[in-house]
Amino acid sequence: MHELSVCQALVDQLRDLATRESAQRITRVLLRVGPLSGVVPDLLAHAFPIAAAETIAEGAALAIEDARVRVRCRTCGAETDAEPGSLVCGGCGDFRTDLVSGDELLLVSVELER
Amino acid sequence: MCNTCGCNVTDANRHLLDEHHDHHHGHDHHAAEAGTAAAGGSVAVLKRLLDANDHEAAHNREHFDEYGVLAINLMSSPGSGKTRLLEATIEALGGELRIGVIEGDLETENDAARIRAKGVPAHQITTGTACHLDAHMIHHALHHVPLRGLDVLFIENVGNLVCPASFDLGQHRNVTLLSVTEGDDKPAKYPVMFRAADLMLITKTDLLAVIDEFSPGRATHAFRALAQESPVLAVSAKTGAGLETWLAWLRSEVAAQKTRAAAGETIRPKVQSDGVAQHSLGAA
Repeated sequence: MHELSVCQALVDQLRDLATRESAQRITRVLLRVGPLSGVVPDLLAHAFPIAAAETIAEGAALAIEDARVRVRCRTCGAETDAEPGSLVCGGCGDFRTDLVSGDELLLVSVELER
Repeated sequence: MCNTCGCNVTDANRHLLDEHHDHHHGHDHHAAEAGTAAAGGSVAVLKRLLDANDHEAAHNREHFDEYGVLAINLMSSPGSGKTRLLEATIEALGGELRIGVIEGDLETENDAARIRAKGVPAHQITTGTACHLDAHMIHHALHHVPLRGLDVLFIENVGNLVCPASFDLGQHRNVTLLSVTEGDDKPAKYPVMFRAADLMLITKTDLLAVIDEFSPGRATHAFRALAQESPVLAVSAKTGAGLETWLAWLRSEVAAQKTRAAAGETIRPKVQSDGVAQHSLGAA
């Protein structure tokens, strides 16, 4: 539900970047969004054109790459896939794990025209 | 849907839409970190999308630390008893800790009025239609809540198990409430929220007598399955059962914050960005 707020923050960053890089237009934006970021990629994709309207990012293509949920076990050391609702070790089943990936909410790169 | 129609534009985030906002974002920290342009006009950035909010949150945290105040973000579904917990806490402490409260709701001053009726200063943020508080809203609210002389500031977030977890406010601790009327599988259904909890508080335990579908053991198990080692406590604000354990946690956190503040140190709550900071951005 907060995806528009996130897109507004994104457009804000794109404006700063375009100024810094003396860009005339932003053509493509790449994000990385994990399932544990709390943000839904489809909703971001719907909200982006609204937030980007009448800004330097208007018309830019938005690409969103997924991030797998991966955990590393503190007990057995295994690195395994996990589900957003269950972050236990896929090897030994222990719950004491650290998240390796899956909570990303990142602006990865931007393509622009000068 | 508020994600597409623009209805969650608020006073606090409107500047993000404003074409003429450069004066807000001229500071150095917004200019940092961008990569240099490579051939083909592609620029590597690798920066958090909520970077501006994160910076504002860090400023808020500095204010709290300057006054040695512990800031706690209370999050839960609507109606799980956040305000009632605060009322019971204020009553039980009887002035032992000096408390301030920031209330977040879509509309009405009702919750702030309930807190003020207990003799505690409270400021109400009405978000209009926004589904969460953000660091900018807290910054504005701090103009109305004097921190000097406080031991603890509670920020009662908008009742919502999704969006509030994504926005750092500058708090030191997240407390997530789960009332027994909600179902004991909530942590599995809303993992982003419950992963962010420094303490899970099972509330309305007086109703367990009539709601035997809820098992505190199952709720704790679902919480642990999120790789969560944070404590789980159970309280009834109505009967006072379990309240003393919650107050003991609160006292120890207030004492720890005073020690940290005196040493010039701070602490961040468990938020979803921790993993990103550790794993995607290296040691930066």
